[in-house]
Amino acid sequence: MILFNPENALLVWINFLGFLKKIIPILVLVLFFMTIVNKFLTEEVIKKHLGESRGLKGFFYTSIAGILISGPPYILYPMLSDFKKKGVTNFHLAVFLYNRNIKIPFIPVMIFYFGLPYTIVVSIYIIVFSYFNGYALEKLVKE
Amino acid sequence: MTFKESAIKSIDNLKGSIPIMFGIIFLVSMISVYTDGNYDSFFIGNPLLDPLIGAISGSISFGIPITSYIVGGELLSEGVSLLAVTAFILSWSTVGVAILPLEAKYFGFKFSAYRNTLNFIFSILVAIFTVYTVDLLKIWF
Repeated sequence: MILFNPENALLVWINFLGFLKKIIPILVLVLFFMTIVNKFLTEEVIKKHLGESRGLKGFFYTSIAGILISGPPYILYPMLSDFKKKGVTNFHLAVFLYNRNIKIPFIPVMIFYFGLPYTIVVSIYIIVFSYFNGYALEKLVKE
Repeated sequence: MTFKESAIKSIDNLKGSIPIMFGIIFLVSMISVYTDGNYDSFFIGNPLLDPLIGAISGSISFGIPITSYIVGGELLSEGVSLLAVTAFILSWSTVGVAILPLEAKYFGFKFSAYRNTLNFIFSILVAIFTVYTVDLLKIWF
C-alpha cells in the first residue's frame, strides 16, 4: 500500500521538479559546449589524427579524440570499427573508449556536483589509466 | 558546418537522451522518497565493498554520463561515500554489460570482454586514487 500513498506521490513530484530546476540551467550550458565541439570537430579531423602513430603522439591524439567525440555506442562503434579496418590498433581503440569518460560539455555538471578539484583529479587519472588500459589490451588481444 | 547546423546537431543529440535522463531522475526521486535516503542498507561504509557495489551498479546501468553525475550527486548528498559514487560514475560510462553484444559485434568478443573486465577493475582503482588524492589536496591546501 505504501506505493499508492498520495502524500508520497506528491513528494516524488516535488523531488523531481527540484531536480529539474537544478538541471535545466546546466543543460543549457551543456548544449552550448556541445555546439562548440560539433562545430570544430569534423570527421575529417578525427580520421586525420586518430591512430596517427603508436608513440606518445598517437596516445595524445587518441585521448583528445576520445574526450572530444561524443555519441551513443550504436553510432560510435560502427565508426570505430571502420577505423580499425583502416589500421587503428587495439591500443588506440581502448584509449579512445576509456577517455569517453571525460566529456567537455558535461564538465560543468561534474563541477556542480563534485567540485573543481575532484573534476581535475579524476580527469587526470582517467587519462593516465586509459594508457594502461590500451597497453593491457594490446598485450591481451593479439591482432 | 555553420554554427546553426552545429547547434541543431547538438540539440538532436541531446534530445535523444532526454527521455532516458528524465526517466532516471524520476526513478531517483521516487527511490529517495520510498527509501527515505536509507542507502546505508546497500552502502555500508566499507572502503572496499562500497566501491565494488558502486562499480557493479554502474556497470549494469546505461545512459549518457551526465545522468550518472546527477544520480551520483544525489547519492553523495544522501551520505553515500565518494569512493562508491566515483566507482559508480566511472563504470557507468566505461563498462557496458547491456551493450556488450553490440560491442562484441564490432570489435570481437575477446576484445570486448577483456576491455569491460579491465574497465570494471580500473573504475575501482581510479575511484580509490581519486578520493585519496582529493583528500590529500584538502590537507595540503
